[in-house]
Amino acid sequence: MAEEEIEHLKKLIAEKDKEIEKLKGATNIQKDFLTHVDENHVNDLPKKSKLSNPEISRYSRQLILPEIGIKGQVLLSNTSILIVGAGGLGCPAAIYLAAAGVGCLGLVDYDEVELSNLHRQILHSESKVNVKKCVSAAQACTELNSFVKCVPYHLQLNSSNALKIISQYDIVLDATDNVATRYLLNDACILAGKPLVSGSALRFEGQLTVYNYKGGPCYRCLYPKPPPPETVTNCSDGGVLGVIPGIIGSLQALEAIKIATGNECSYNQKLLMYDGLEGTFRTIRLRGRQSTCPICSDNPTITQLIDYEQFCGARASDKDKSVTVLNREDRLSAADYKSLLDKDHPHILVDVRQPVEVDICKLPTNSINIPLNDLHKSSSVNQLSSMINSMSEETTDQVPVICVCRRGNDSQLAVQKIKETLKHDNVAIQDIIGGLTSWAKTVDPEFPTY
Amino acid sequence: MYFSGGAELLFDKKKKHDVNLPAKETPWTIKDLLPWMKDNMLKERPELFIQGETVRPGILVLINDADWELMGELDYSIQNKDKIVFISTLHGG
Ligand SMILES: [Zn+2]
Repeated sequence: MAEEEIEHLKKLIAEKDKEIEKLKGATNIQKDFLTHVDENHVNDLPKKSKLSNPEISRYSRQLILPEIGIKGQVLLSNTSILIVGAGGLGCPAAIYLAAAGVGCLGLVDYDEVELSNLHRQILHSESKVNVKKCVSAAQACTELNSFVKCVPYHLQLNSSNALKIISQYDIVLDATDNVATRYLLNDACILAGKPLVSGSALRFEGQLTVYNYKGGPCYRCLYPKPPPPETVTNCSDGGVLGVIPGIIGSLQALEAIKIATGNECSYNQKLLMYDGLEGTFRTIRLRGRQSTCPICSDNPTITQLIDYEQFCGARASDKDKSVTVLNREDRLSAADYKSLLDKDHPHILVDVRQPVEVDICKLPTNSINIPLNDLHKSSSVNQLSSMINSMSEETTDQVPVICVCRRGNDSQLAVQKIKETLKHDNVAIQDIIGGLTSWAKTVDPEFPTY
Repeated sequence: MYFSGGAELLFDKKKKHDVNLPAKETPWTIKDLLPWMKDNMLKERPELFIQGETVRPGILVLINDADWELMGELDYSIQNKDKIVFISTLHGG
């Protein structure tokens, strides 16, 4: 009996020890990151002139490549690389650079890990949800290779901190997800004189270019004007298959290694276009440095960092923002709509999302699916008209036409579009505030969000 | 003609288009081609592709796998069997 008791207590102690270790780990995670930059954390590393025996064993398979060799490996271990964005591109880039043995790896990300990141941001795991991305990525890199010094920065790169951070590094990787930060990084790299290895990915496609290297062009030489904000699609709206940023991020790491080890870089003044669905890599010859470029020409008009959100007319994040274009009386809350359903009130529900989204989930009632961009088509107008006509035969009241989408942005535009095209005066056209996201939050917690 | 990076979404969601330009007295330039595309190929929202007489910011034009800036931009005169590509720049990551 006593022996059994002892066994049981021993088990308990072991479990509690494990818990303590886990908590210790968690507190370590929370401490080790920078939120501002007031000192140099990178250049205090002693420069190496040779490799230790464990390093020789570790890197042996790349050391025997004549293009790398001991010389290249020493160069790499004296190189500091800054990765801006610890997401779909930043994760594979960081882990390959850590594996290859760079001296110092800076990881900038202001964001925390979400479940919807895990399919592509492969350094973060289920247990890292809500953990800071920069910390999660740095931890994964350190676990793989403790020779590499990892510096996580939990901050939004902006005009006041960018130069301070970038000037401490030798090479910068643009692994961000928005236009404003891409212009900021470009300008900061020009002002600090650093090569910028820039990658991007969406849907099944990826692009890669090295800017500001050996007299080549910069981002602004190619794109002097920012794109209109309505033409920019983020991963949340456009979708992306995880392997695509995986491939582009890996290529960014490769270009950085080639630059660090004194090899020729392949995408200076060239653009790589990868189409994963077609299985094609195309390399395009780009223009050279432009004499009219406002930042990298001999007579620049931009000599310090500017306000990039204002310049681009877009925020420096890819977070979804909610817009309000309709008056409150043209809108229903999700709860309002629920009570309308409960009362069996006759109405027409128009789901304005893409069919592929309707397949994921839809409201538990009859609806018609007309994607926002198809609403103006005469077939759509006719379909809607005939439904309204048949419904108004049964009632003298106005026929409620209710538009719904994922977050309540498109549905507002849909209301405006329908009002423009529909010739009926016995209809009341409204939308659901916050769309299906709000429905899941306020009405049905079992409803999926995506 | 080839579209990518999302530019294809404005052209029937098709990336590849074989285009025969009608006969014209003077040679076709890109400057002539853009309004022709707007009238004959673009189904909706032309402002997402063309602004003024050129493509909107954020679209890169390639002629036979080279940046159109190297080829004379709008003034380039199109040859038979030229491959003209319109890429919308990606920003996601
Ligand atoms: Zn430039």
